[in-house]
Amino acid sequence: MRRPFWIFLILITAGYLAFWFLLIAATAGFSTPQAWLQTLVKPEIRYAAGLSVLTCTAAAALALLFAVPIGYLMARRDFPGKTWVDAALDIPIVLPPMVVGICLLIFFQTSLGRRIEAMLPFTYTIAGVVLAQFVVAAAFAIRTMRGTFDHLSPRPEQVALTLGATDFQAFRHVALRTARRGMVAAFCISWARSLGEFGPILVFAGATRMKTEVLPTTVWLELSVGNLDSAVAVSLAMIALAILVLALVRTTGERV
Amino acid sequence: MITLEAISWTAPGAAFQLQEVSLEIPAHTYAVLMGTTGCGKTTLLELICGLRQLTAGKIWLEGQDVTRWEPWRRGIGYLPQDLALFPETRVGDQIRFPLKVRGQTDGEDLVQELVAELGIGHLLDRFPEALSGGEKQRVALARALAARPHVLLLDEPLSALDETTRRSATELLRTLQERHRLTVLHVTHSSAEAFTLGQLRLRMDQGRVGPA
Repeated sequence: MRRPFWIFLILITAGYLAFWFLLIAATAGFSTPQAWLQTLVKPEIRYAAGLSVLTCTAAAALALLFAVPIGYLMARRDFPGKTWVDAALDIPIVLPPMVVGICLLIFFQTSLGRRIEAMLPFTYTIAGVVLAQFVVAAAFAIRTMRGTFDHLSPRPEQVALTLGATDFQAFRHVALRTARRGMVAAFCISWARSLGEFGPILVFAGATRMKTEVLPTTVWLELSVGNLDSAVAVSLAMIALAILVLALVRTTGERV
Repeated sequence: MITLEAISWTAPGAAFQLQEVSLEIPAHTYAVLMGTTGCGKTTLLELICGLRQLTAGKIWLEGQDVTRWEPWRRGIGYLPQDLALFPETRVGDQIRFPLKVRGQTDGEDLVQELVAELGIGHLLDRFPEALSGGEKQRVALARALAARPHVLLLDEPLSALDETTRRSATELLRTLQERHRLTVLHVTHSSAEAFTLGQLRLRMDQGRVGPA
């Protein structure tokens, strides 16, 4: 039996997906595969791609290192002010990206920031790219890990305690083991998020060719000099990477 | 021996509370605590395990005041209603878990004895999702006993089993209690279980415990 309500919802979904498909198709049809290849073999583009992969991996690993314990704490314990802490963890998600970059830039001008810079320079360096990516990506990783632990029953961990495990052992041997797929998802999401990061990197790490240039800055640099073919080729490469990561997350069974 | 000395507990928001519950279960006794769903039986077991903190009173196990002890120091075997097997862990590793976390290297004999006693030798390489309800229960029992507990707490251990499995599980519980000289507290809402297994029968009603 045809039910108009569900047909209406299917049409909305199909229309939305068609809109996205048209956007990507239009971008892909803008130039030729030969032009893409010519762009992607340029040394500065290869450098930007290599640096993107490196910094995204470092930022995602760092994000996971924080996301796992924070997600576990938020999922398993109640404490005074938890609602506020929960809201604070989402700040990087709701802040305008440029503002994150400005906050980083200003922090490293304070006395504490200068002392950190003296040991490890961040401003306008590759370390700065990683930090700018990490600041935003970690918030998404924390959300994912919190969701993962929320969906896992705490009961096996509690039983582990009665079997002689300490809190840390129950976390390590039971919770972490069960949360492996969530960890893969959190890593992939923060990796993909880092790949698309632009504003904070531009403000905090700059867009210096063959130094702090990552793929989103390449798109911006190429656009700013009117080189649309190169901008499109890099954009398509980023779309392909993003779809690949999304597919990987879906194979873990985690919802983003 | 389990002794509860006027223990009280209030749920966050005071939606539910246990008020001055006292009871004494002599050593090596199989006690069955009956009560309707939601009367606080599971909460009582979790308090004895140390998974929840008392608001008042004392808990004594084998003559020692364990009220402030962490769960891992209490020497309790606990089977929750859902058995809580570790999802991504093979049966063999589940049973060896207590030895692993305590750094014991001399417990393999005990593991082999328990595996033989519970008839689960053919399940050691399986994951919990590949086990039947009765098999899961045997694995959970072996895991709990591998920690050499003095006290075994069972939360509705027979409720999810079919009639045939329930009969053999009843026999198994009685045998294990006698062989391992355990003090058992078994909670259920079934009078039949209480009369089949209970050397001591108790009833819980509105947060208080008395003889059945």
